[in-house]
Amino acid sequence: MAVDDQFYREFILDHYKNPRNFGRLEDASVSHEEYNPLCGDLVGMDFRIADGVIEDVRFHGRGCAISQASASLMTERLKGMSLEDARQISKEDVLEDLGIEISPARLKCALLTLKVLKVGAYGLAGDEEDDE
Amino acid sequence: MSTSRSSLHPVVGLDVAAVRKDFPFFDSGIAYLDSANTSQRPRQVLDAMQEYFTRYNSNIHRGVYRTSMEATERYDATRRKVREFINARSLKEVIFTRNVTDAINLVAYSWGRTNVSEGDLIVLTVMEHHSNLVPWQMLAQEKGARIEYVDIDDAGELRMDQFHALLERKPKLVAFAQVSNTLGTITPYREMTAAAHEAGAVVLIDGAQGVQHVGVDVQEVGCDFYGFTGHKVLGPTGVGVLYGRRDLLEAMPPFEGGGDMIKAVFLDHTEYAELPMKFEAGTPAIAEVIGLGAAIDYLRDVGLDAIRAHELELTEYAMEALDEIEGLRLFGPAAARRAGVVSFDVEGIHPHDLATILDRHDVCLRAGHNCAMPLMHRLDVAALARASFFLYTTREEIDRLVVGLHDAKRIFA
Repeated sequence: MAVDDQFYREFILDHYKNPRNFGRLEDASVSHEEYNPLCGDLVGMDFRIADGVIEDVRFHGRGCAISQASASLMTERLKGMSLEDARQISKEDVLEDLGIEISPARLKCALLTLKVLKVGAYGLAGDEEDDE
Repeated sequence: MSTSRSSLHPVVGLDVAAVRKDFPFFDSGIAYLDSANTSQRPRQVLDAMQEYFTRYNSNIHRGVYRTSMEATERYDATRRKVREFINARSLKEVIFTRNVTDAINLVAYSWGRTNVSEGDLIVLTVMEHHSNLVPWQMLAQEKGARIEYVDIDDAGELRMDQFHALLERKPKLVAFAQVSNTLGTITPYREMTAAAHEAGAVVLIDGAQGVQHVGVDVQEVGCDFYGFTGHKVLGPTGVGVLYGRRDLLEAMPPFEGGGDMIKAVFLDHTEYAELPMKFEAGTPAIAEVIGLGAAIDYLRDVGLDAIRAHELELTEYAMEALDEIEGLRLFGPAAARRAGVVSFDVEGIHPHDLATILDRHDVCLRAGHNCAMPLMHRLDVAALARASFFLYTTREEIDRLVVGLHDAKRIFA
């Protein structure tokens, strides 16, 4: 029996197996890590920010395909983006990037990176994703 | 492996098909391999609770009318069943709590705040569930006490050499799980309790994963505190048990104040109720306590020895089957040294992804840190997948797990 090829679409698996911008930035201006309290998965991001623009970004961590692919996709989105624009990135944007239906149980995996961005880059409380 | 009382009886085989008929959940066709998380409940438990709600729903220890007396009688009957089940000396030693977490917090607040002071040592192990870890960290932080952790060896068994070395430093308290919720390891709880007592420590055993699989005789083990939870022993959520040695409980201040825990209240002071009511403030989970009584009846009817034998057979079967899957790593000791719990990971596939794919196969599996983050760090894994078995688990369910794992490997290949 085979199920669920839709959920783990090829490009999610590709981002999981070949994460983009994976590693650390030596000259990061901001670094931040968050754990998913439900499973202990970790996503950390290093940002190099100059003149209000994210010049470079790397992520590290360990976790499931959803959390790591989401982080990988996010770094692609963020590179070269102004902080002002990055601030506008929403939950819906993240889910749209993933392009798959995320069950409530896995929503925290998908949104962990967004929390790292919000708390790390803006010092926001990061609570808003916790109401799910 | 079993309590001294029940081991007098020969092990009788378990009729799993008959057992499963008592559990409405299995009509769903779902393979349920997450009983260490929460068990399913037999009809007998559901009926007992339903009967309370529909026929004699009343508060306890208050009304003089008959339904209230019946509710009180049925509530108190569970206390007698628990006393027998764990062989406590007295009904005064059986306290109903919300769950094990609540039981351990009761001890940490009431006994801990009275008896632990600056510089005192608390000994725990690296494989504790958060519920037997965080309350002690909070206590230690508040009191300036220290915590040392007994490590595990490569097989997932406690390092007894370390344990004995720590005892030489005369800890105030030693707290550990009877059975690891992640590795399934059955700890040498008798030997540990005896050694800790010799060193002058008070001993708390977290029986959340133990009481329903290996059982306990608190007098024989000699522990000072023992906790277990209803929802892992075929009972409902919302009810747990704290066993405490009477002299310790008598000396402890109340944990929560309110109704039911008083003898007399005046504007300037309160006289507290006798044990066990001193520790049961407020209207308790009456239906749930009654349900727990039915769950204990059920377990005793089937017999812990039969349950243990069945789980051992399944654990051996599962470990053998899983071990054949390439890239799969099993954690923890040999089947005979563990309860029906098997944790593993699969190379290249995060346990969450495994559990999501298995869910599509209608197989329920725990994936994550198993509420034991320090153990995950110790094992150097982000998370693990865990299959756990109980009296109703079948080989067919384990076969379905294996099929689902092969499908996950195909998707992630």
